[in-house]
Amino acid sequence: MKKVYINSAVTISAQDTFESDRFLKSVKKLSGKTIVARYPNYKDYIATANLRRMAEGVKMGVTAASKALKDAKITQPDAIITGTGMGCIDDTEKFLNAIISNDEQFLTPTAFIQSTHNTVGAQIALGLQCKAYNNTYSHAALSFEWALMDAQLRLQQEEAENVLVGGYEELGKEIINYRRMMEDADGFGIQVPYSEGASFFVVSSEKTEHSVELIDMEAHSTLSTTSIQDSLKQFLAKNNVDISQIDVFVSGRNGDVFDSYYDLTAELFENITQLQYKHLSGEFYTASAFGLWTAYSMLSRQEIPEAMIFKGEIKFDNHIILIYNQFKGRDHSFILLKR
Amino acid sequence: MGVAITGMGIISAIGHSVEENNTSLLTSTTGIGNLQHIQTIHSQAIKAGEVSLSNAELTRQLQLPEVHNYTRTGLLGLFAATAALENANISDLSKYRTGFISSTTVGGMDMTEKYIKQFDKDITAQKYIATHHAGDSTRKIADALGIKGLVTTISTACSSAANAIMLGARLIKAGKLDRVIVGGTDSLSKFTINGFKTLMIQSDSICAPFDAHRNGLNLGEGAAYLVLESDAVIQKEKKEVLAFLSGYGNTNDAFHQTASSENGEGAFLAMQKALEIAKLNPNQIDYVNAHGTATPNNDLSESRALQRVFGKKLPDFSSTKSFTGHTLAAAGAVEAVFSILTLQQQYIFPNLNFKTPMPETGFKPITSGVKKETQHVLTNSFGFGGNCSTLIFSKA
Repeated sequence: MKKVYINSAVTISAQDTFESDRFLKSVKKLSGKTIVARYPNYKDYIATANLRRMAEGVKMGVTAASKALKDAKITQPDAIITGTGMGCIDDTEKFLNAIISNDEQFLTPTAFIQSTHNTVGAQIALGLQCKAYNNTYSHAALSFEWALMDAQLRLQQEEAENVLVGGYEELGKEIINYRRMMEDADGFGIQVPYSEGASFFVVSSEKTEHSVELIDMEAHSTLSTTSIQDSLKQFLAKNNVDISQIDVFVSGRNGDVFDSYYDLTAELFENITQLQYKHLSGEFYTASAFGLWTAYSMLSRQEIPEAMIFKGEIKFDNHIILIYNQFKGRDHSFILLKR
Repeated sequence: MGVAITGMGIISAIGHSVEENNTSLLTSTTGIGNLQHIQTIHSQAIKAGEVSLSNAELTRQLQLPEVHNYTRTGLLGLFAATAALENANISDLSKYRTGFISSTTVGGMDMTEKYIKQFDKDITAQKYIATHHAGDSTRKIADALGIKGLVTTISTACSSAANAIMLGARLIKAGKLDRVIVGGTDSLSKFTINGFKTLMIQSDSICAPFDAHRNGLNLGEGAAYLVLESDAVIQKEKKEVLAFLSGYGNTNDAFHQTASSENGEGAFLAMQKALEIAKLNPNQIDYVNAHGTATPNNDLSESRALQRVFGKKLPDFSSTKSFTGHTLAAAGAVEAVFSILTLQQQYIFPNLNFKTPMPETGFKPITSGVKKETQHVLTNSFGFGGNCSTLIFSKA
């Protein structure tokens, strides 16, 4: 079975991460109910005529994808795979509100056309004239993970050599506020703002000087607090990785009551450096793609941003990182990376 | 030979079981008509393939508690997925690594569009805030069936279920799963009715795929799932195989966000890829269950693609959208069930309402049901965003 490498990683997020080389050295403290991403200058990546029609998620997705390809020096990927939990929610709300306020009359198609979940994958394909495999996953907090697992499968089965894979989310204007309202009504709810962003990667069966190896990954729709430790142990054993070999543990802590899953997992390790990222990215269904970006950057640059420390010390020689994310005690994912 | 199919379940405008769907197909009985459940000002101007059961009736038949937060998409999906598992005679899910791969385009839109303006204050409406996203119905169905591991949702517009079936087959082939339930579900919504209305591709009568005077599609709703099992499980459990999924292809037309290219490039490539995986020559395909939505654009583009793949030896083909309407994300799974029925019965279902060949190709679909020796069936699903998928099913 072919090995899988991540050869480039790009993220647009609430932090200054897109064209900055400073890897979370100066971070913005996020507060409030929701927070928008730091939008790049899209005109450098997308023709002005096309920009007008695009909602924020499409703009972020296409832009991040374009830079990920450029960084990996790939012009035509063998597959384009995206993940998004809420899809093109901005245009969805726009069209829905037009239906409601005009009693189903005098509607124009633009927002409807752009509202399907696969719009980002489609726009990337259109821009590249890429007729290859094209797929979109929309499965809550596993949307991005499934895109990455599909990419892994294509590379392992030698159906592709270079796959463009990414996750994106836009805030939208309405449903997000209700989701926040419900969250805040829950005393044990998410403690970071809801946010948005786009993270894209080129994964490949070819190793380059910037490669980080994706050893393996796994997803579980449900795992109980009593089975989480065993599941992780089994995953590591399957990949012949000993718990002591893991240098860094990156978790998707968001301050809600389900952080207990991360605490239970951390118990397995002695003196490990525990990192978190959702206080930097905000929470959204594909925030874990931001988590992967941090892990890729840590391994390829051999540096750990101070802002990510949850517990433990900054180490300087790191080989293996474990990323674990879940959402509300559901949709668990393990990702194992190696320098 | 491909990946074995051991069960199927379906609910659509032409029936609530595989048997009922089959009967409607055999008797040329369309399910397209006037809307019963959805309230829309366009109800006089369109015809649609609505599932006759109301949400309350679905709830009762599924033996769910009266108060729940299933959307119609979730109810239809659970109905068909449960039937698929039963059909495959599977009761103990823990025995093998079992996955669930669903697909939807509208997700929980049917409830969102009803209740969004009450979300701020109405406590009874608030339970639908969390059901809008596409993964909601999938997760509910997986939980109800007891599937805990690999569970996901694909959303590539009208090619979604074909891609779900394809992913399931790839996971089985790669040895990552022993068994997987694959398919899709979509309910009708004001959102899609109005969306297709703005595109002016919705017919006011029962659609006429591949006809020269075709004037658009009928929307439909429904859900369908297949059970795929590995060769090892088939042997161990001595399972009866309904048919094999022998080929699949996924490509992108990369032409336009909604329209298909004139020469059907994406469709052509998807069919080629599927033939390649199935290791079949075009002349080995006995029947094509076409995407055939009856929009002027799709049917011409698909015809051109068929012409390019099959040359002068075009196999028998028909579109069954004139029975069910276009069930969007579910279409690929609905038509997979029909393709398998064709293989099982050696019988090709007709393309209703066809009268005049389109002048560009002169293609004539099968217009009345016909008995025919059928080894391999190819079926197409294309969607917005240029997503094109082809599946090939082979006789067990």
